[in-house]
Amino acid sequence: MKHFDVIIIGAGVTGAAIARQLSRYSIKTAIIEKETDVSFGTSKANSGIIHAGFHSPPGMLKTELCIKGNRSFDILKEELGFSFERRGELVVAFNDEELQILKNLYAQGIKNRVHYLELIGTARLREMEPNLSEDIIGALYAPTAGIVEPYEYCFSLIENARQNGVAMFVNEKVAVIAKQLFGNFVIETDSGLKVSARFIVNAAGLHADEIASLAGITSFAITPRKGEEYLLDRRVGNLVTRIIFPVPTKDSKGMLVIPTVEGTVMVGPTAENINEKDNFSTTREGLRCVFENAKKMIPGIRLHDVITSFSGLRPVATGDDFIIGTTSVQGFINAAGIQSPGLTASPAIAQHVEDILVKEGLSLKVKSSWNPKRTPFIKLRHSIATRDYAGYIKNTAGNPGYNKLVCRCENITEAEVTEAVSRGHTTLDGIKFATRAGMGRCQGSFCTYRVLKLLEQQTGIPIEKITKKGGGSEIIKFPMGKGAPHE
Amino acid sequence: MNNNINVAIIGGGPAGLAAACTLYEQGICDVHIFEREHVLGGVLFQCIHNGFGIHHFKEELTGPEYAERYIQKVNKTDTFVHTDTAVIDLYRENEALTLVLLGSKEGLQVFTARAVILAMGCRERNRGNINIPGSRPAGIMTAGFAQRMVNLEGYLPGKEIIILGSGDIGLIMARRLSLEGVNVQGVVEIQPFPGGLTRNIVQCLNDFHIPLYLSHTISNIFGKQRIDSVEITAIDNQLEPDTKNRFTLPCDTLLLSVGLVPENELSVKAGVILDEATRGPVVDANCMTTVPGIFACGNVLHVHDIVDYVSEEAARAARTAAQFVNKSLTDKDGIRMLAGNLVRYMLPTKVYTGKPTIVSLRPITPVEDIVLYAKRNGEIVYKKKYQKILPSSMIQFELPALSGIEPVEVFFAGEET
Amino acid sequence: MTDTIICTVCPLGCSLIVEHKNKTIQSISGNRCKRGIAYGEQEILDPKRVVTTTVKIDGGIIPMLSVKTSAPVERGKMTEIVRSASQMRLHAPVEIGTVIEKNICSSGADLIATRNVAKISDSAC
Ligand SMILES: Cc1cc2nc3c(=O)[nH]c(=O)nc-3n(C[C@H](O)[C@H](O)[C@H](O)COP(=O)(O)OP(=O)(O)OC[C@H]3O[C@@H](n4cnc5c(N)ncnc54)[C@H](O)[C@@H]3O)c2cc1C
Ligand SMILES: Cc1cc2nc3c(=O)[nH]c(=O)nc-3n(C[C@H](O)[C@H](O)[C@H](O)COP(=O)(O)OP(=O)(O)OC[C@H]3O[C@@H](n4cnc5c(N)ncnc54)[C@H](O)[C@@H]3O)c2cc1C
Ligand code: SF4
Repeated sequence: MKHFDVIIIGAGVTGAAIARQLSRYSIKTAIIEKETDVSFGTSKANSGIIHAGFHSPPGMLKTELCIKGNRSFDILKEELGFSFERRGELVVAFNDEELQILKNLYAQGIKNRVHYLELIGTARLREMEPNLSEDIIGALYAPTAGIVEPYEYCFSLIENARQNGVAMFVNEKVAVIAKQLFGNFVIETDSGLKVSARFIVNAAGLHADEIASLAGITSFAITPRKGEEYLLDRRVGNLVTRIIFPVPTKDSKGMLVIPTVEGTVMVGPTAENINEKDNFSTTREGLRCVFENAKKMIPGIRLHDVITSFSGLRPVATGDDFIIGTTSVQGFINAAGIQSPGLTASPAIAQHVEDILVKEGLSLKVKSSWNPKRTPFIKLRHSIATRDYAGYIKNTAGNPGYNKLVCRCENITEAEVTEAVSRGHTTLDGIKFATRAGMGRCQGSFCTYRVLKLLEQQTGIPIEKITKKGGGSEIIKFPMGKGAPHE
Repeated sequence: MNNNINVAIIGGGPAGLAAACTLYEQGICDVHIFEREHVLGGVLFQCIHNGFGIHHFKEELTGPEYAERYIQKVNKTDTFVHTDTAVIDLYRENEALTLVLLGSKEGLQVFTARAVILAMGCRERNRGNINIPGSRPAGIMTAGFAQRMVNLEGYLPGKEIIILGSGDIGLIMARRLSLEGVNVQGVVEIQPFPGGLTRNIVQCLNDFHIPLYLSHTISNIFGKQRIDSVEITAIDNQLEPDTKNRFTLPCDTLLLSVGLVPENELSVKAGVILDEATRGPVVDANCMTTVPGIFACGNVLHVHDIVDYVSEEAARAARTAAQFVNKSLTDKDGIRMLAGNLVRYMLPTKVYTGKPTIVSLRPITPVEDIVLYAKRNGEIVYKKKYQKILPSSMIQFELPALSGIEPVEVFFAGEET
Repeated sequence: MTDTIICTVCPLGCSLIVEHKNKTIQSISGNRCKRGIAYGEQEILDPKRVVTTTVKIDGGIIPMLSVKTSAPVERGKMTEIVRSASQMRLHAPVEIGTVIEKNICSSGADLIATRNVAKISDSAC
């Protein structure tokens, strides 16, 4: 049985940030994930906003970690090479009552020590965002807010962690947690894998309550709160430059209009408490609701620009705050209930968990070999955007894969797909999230076959066995001549 | 290699091929076709069914046969053919039309051309475009993707199939899959009339006893990993779902045949203005877009149901492109063309004095016994009676040569007495 | 017996009502022109279709060759022909028009290739 100093359960942004944080020390760390790829839980289905930190009151853990997390993103971007832009967020008010809420939010933000917050009037607002509704009478402006592609951020954390020696197990669902006499945990997965560890970090998102109860901890429960999001075509990508919020409600920050780093626009999310942890459906009502709200703020938004939709589940814990810390079981540490702004807070959560581990007696020494840098992909679409073709030719010389187009909507090359496979992505969705092949307006009707073929060539998995997102989600059922209905 | 060329044709489908043939006949040299696939022919090689060329070759060919005829013809010309070469950028720089190419052999190259013919075809609309609620499992794909998998690669998508949309591709796939032993459960169409040709309804559905649910839509998708069923709801006259009238059908695959959209990302980069109704470029009677020197034809201009018309349109575009490079295209002051009653779209938007022009249009809805009029200042300049018009059948007519500048309105109406 | 069928000869698509008994036509109505009568008779007495399908091909630039019957065949034979084609295996190159199988399934028509498939090495790539 393999032994580790720390095993992290769950490879969403929380687990990934912790893994990368611990990868700098000369300890043995592993991360276990039940899905085929990392970031396949809530971390791939959210708004991708690096929040400024004025939405929640001072004193809550999520507020403190949100503010700290936000400040870490410039250096993380520098080291890991994912896309991150500090676009700023605007909360807009339609009447005096809402203006009053803005003032309260402003005051809360100042208490939270959010930098550069401002209340602004319509003239400046129009100049900043000309497509906003005429009916808006004022806004709260937070220039420190930013946007990322959440899965790209998560993948880059994991890649860098693995590069620095963190062991990774995918397709392994933790089923049993036992404690041995001399204090180590033994973790067993449903496929029979057994590993042992001195510390467990529970970063299992929606299932963190179940993981805790495997260790005998029943102090909290996780309720899923669903959010539906709708992605719009690049054609309307210039409708907004900043993230546009309505004034918040009790349960959520409201339905937003979000520019993405990839030049598209997203509208959403809804907020609905549900019972099932595997209900990722979108609904007619959700769509209506999101568009009504978005149109109120940006009248130019149109339904027929939708290219795809998805929904994510916020793991809301009893008490409505993050649950991070030691438990009644020594060595078992929770990083649970990481609802919004969990993405923003993730770097600070990782630091916080490190501090707890040290307090619990784990000694951490930085490895001399630690490399904080991850090599980013060479992206044709970036060269097209800047028309820097000479640079592209220079950077890609010697690899003909960069001259073969796979996805025409997003201009993804064969070399990018190959690179994604070599970084551990073996499903269609994995390739899609790692490269964007199939994410554009045609949603894969052109490139799916090419990606399948490349996956077959590079992993040896026959096309009919390649899945969208793991077991049971095969794309194409059978080759003609093998199991086709005729035979 | 000299990267300053005479005419660039983007796309080697039937439109691009016909354009190349005509340019050759017109004596234009230094013509290049850029095609991102490994072979020429466009979408035709996956359309293995017959029904192509009846108009143009006066015989019934399959898609591949139609393509091969044109490829043969192009091979006899001196056209430069670049396959495995995608055009990834198109823009105007100091009056020159600049193309950025990504070729699997040559790598990234920048060319300039005196004229460009857009012949990029179209792409399929997908689930997101029509917003079907429900879960997001594997097994949902466009009919064209399935057609490619079956006919070119030899894979069957599933065993139990439902098709949303009664466009021709969906109908053709219903027959193709039925013949391969797949159970096609039904075709669901939101409109009260089928989207595809009558002939395909008969030979692709009726021959195989496949039910066609008109005025129905798919209102929910179920299944966690792979799709396992869909909910089908009847639609009332206002296109609102009738929630009392719904049922579920099991399936392992859902094919979407919900329409095609001209593929104009490149055109937009070049500054070409698109038409809201066709989603293709706005063109004049010369098939010239709003950017001088850029012409468009085939499915990139508007979605055609008959390939023969694609070839003809491409020949027309190529003739005027030839005049453009020869500097003999001198038309000015066009006559505006206005789409009127029952016309969903029409092109061109401008015709020129003294020249007859082929006009293409589609009606909004099926109507029987109706007259097509082209009128100007209250005077009828063209008129034709139709026993039946259908949105699925494009209508073409030749507008006679006109003088003056007053606009022409084209519309359908009852017979004037 | 009465059958309602749609005429496909022209885009009007008339609904033809065909009365028939023991393989003889008694009446046809609903047609807007004479061609509808001939179509109705043919469809009820001896419906025919051109079959198009694919055959596996090894060593070519693509793995499937598109084929068709050289003439319309009895509608009832379509499935049998497709099934028979799915059992065949060819080698590239194949030229358009090549007869793959004469008188396929005793239909009276030949199965012929509808495209060229070059050998993979022949096509420079
Ligand atoms: C609609 C929506 C919008 C949001 N927008 C924002 C935003 O704009 N900004 C922001 O900061 N935050 C946002 N959030 C919140 C943010 O997405 C989450 O806080 C964050 O993704 C949580 O990450 P996580 O790693 O804790 O959970 P997850 O990403 O869910 O990761 C948990 C992982 O644990 C794995 N796991 C579970 N059980 C087991 C087991 N038994 N064995 C092995 N592995 C297991 C799961 O498969 C999963 O991969 C949003 C959330 C939603 C739903
Ligand atoms: C499934 C289906 C069934 C049909 N059935 C019939 C029928 O029965 N009878 C009939 O008459 N008609 C039929 N049609 C219609 C007819 O086939 C099409 O109208 C015709 O193929 C359109 O020709 P095109 O050249 O405009 O487009 P396409 O055939 O789509 O060709 C466009 C070409 O451009 C290339 N291209 C695009 N962008 C780029 C780029 N950036 N760089 C390089 N190359 C590029 C593409 O790879 C493609 O090869 C059918 C169409 C479809 C899709
Ligand atoms: S009966 Fe005549 S008019 Fe009617 S569909 Fe047939 S051919 Fe056309």
